[in-house]
Amino acid sequence: MRITILAADAPGAAGRPAPGPGLDCAPGETVLSALARHGVALPSACRAGVCRACLVRALDGDPGPAGAAGLEDALAADGYFLACQARPADDLTVALAGGDIYTPARLASVRRDANAFRIRVAPERPLAFTAGQHVALRIPAAGADLVRVYSFANQPEQAARDGAEFYVRAYPGGAMSAWLAGARPGAALSLGRPSGTCCYQPGEPGVPLLLAGTGTGLAPLAAVACDALARGHHGPIVMLRGAARPGGLYPAAYLPQAPARVRTCVQSRGEDLVAAVVAEYGALAASAPRAYLCGGPGVVARMRRALFLAGQSLRQIHHDAFTAAAAAP
Amino acid sequence: MTTHASLFDRIGGPPAVAAAAELFYRKVLADPALAGYFDDVDMDRQVAQQAAFLTMALGGPSAYTGRDLRTAHAPLPGLTDEHVDLVLVYLAQTLSELGVCAADVASAGAIAESVRDDVLNR
Repeated sequence: MRITILAADAPGAAGRPAPGPGLDCAPGETVLSALARHGVALPSACRAGVCRACLVRALDGDPGPAGAAGLEDALAADGYFLACQARPADDLTVALAGGDIYTPARLASVRRDANAFRIRVAPERPLAFTAGQHVALRIPAAGADLVRVYSFANQPEQAARDGAEFYVRAYPGGAMSAWLAGARPGAALSLGRPSGTCCYQPGEPGVPLLLAGTGTGLAPLAAVACDALARGHHGPIVMLRGAARPGGLYPAAYLPQAPARVRTCVQSRGEDLVAAVVAEYGALAASAPRAYLCGGPGVVARMRRALFLAGQSLRQIHHDAFTAAAAAP
Repeated sequence: MTTHASLFDRIGGPPAVAAAAELFYRKVLADPALAGYFDDVDMDRQVAQQAAFLTMALGGPSAYTGRDLRTAHAPLPGLTDEHVDLVLVYLAQTLSELGVCAADVASAGAIAESVRDDVLNR
């Protein structure tokens, strides 16, 4: 198969194929890896079909069903697909996703707390999302833009007023950390399309909600709890806060305050958290709880497996996008 | 008419099979002799695979073949008849718990048995 790229974003290049015969894509190879092999670095983050950083659009040819799995029908109908998942069986002409997917935005504020940056981002146009969803932040950079995916830490109404809030874990040598360390309010970036299903599910106001997470993952969990209460949830809400490793407990003072109505338990280590989640689940299981897990990929995966083995359906376990990233090669 | 419907349809079609796949996968994952094979496997993907396998065993509209099972299991070291036996037991238990009659459990077991050599790559 051959892949031809239309540089739809490049001035003057719109609608014209790049010169040459196109780039070859081996049978079974993903579009992302084929392009990377030819030196075309698409933005990518999770490589598991979750974060959508590598969203591209097929203008001609069929990328196959795997690339569109999980996308909204409207996006898929327009030819959008995830380059990390698509293994085309056909020649393809693609356009790299540009301004139609990303909303221009400005950095409104940056605060460095403990081991994270807490940032607010004001998009040029209002961005529709649900508490608990995530979005790609795209930072202009030489070569391929830097794209990372973060969960919204505030409610849509607050985001519309004050900017969308994100907690960005600070990693020594991390590209996003480095950019944020030097960034000033007003800096230009863009936001992708919010997605994800780690959200409050309306229509069952009495079921228990079991929220568990580590580190900055507690911020989207608190947002989900606030959303649940705002929508009239009256069932019990339990939040378990833990650390992925000893000493790694992210200070509560830096997190958005969970509503007083939420019963919060604190565990000091990752394994404690897994055991605590299973114990809480055991107490709530008869009432068909929903579980929400956010935070370190390893501990989220362990909690998910433990809850499943304890009897919870995977469909009743919501988790943030970054679990899948850990499993990706 | 109903006597000609496949077991797949009689137990309730795709939604019932999706629920059965979770039940089945939970049994497999809870067995220490089998669990290690699933440590690095994405759970959503694995449940989807189990649903495809069950669809085949229940005589449903499956695109799953012995060849797929051969490819999927080829990289796994040390798989033996004992592992397959355990999986067949969990398949039978899952269907029994869902109220499937003994004769139908046996026929699903026979279909699953027919891909044993593919799973064991021989």
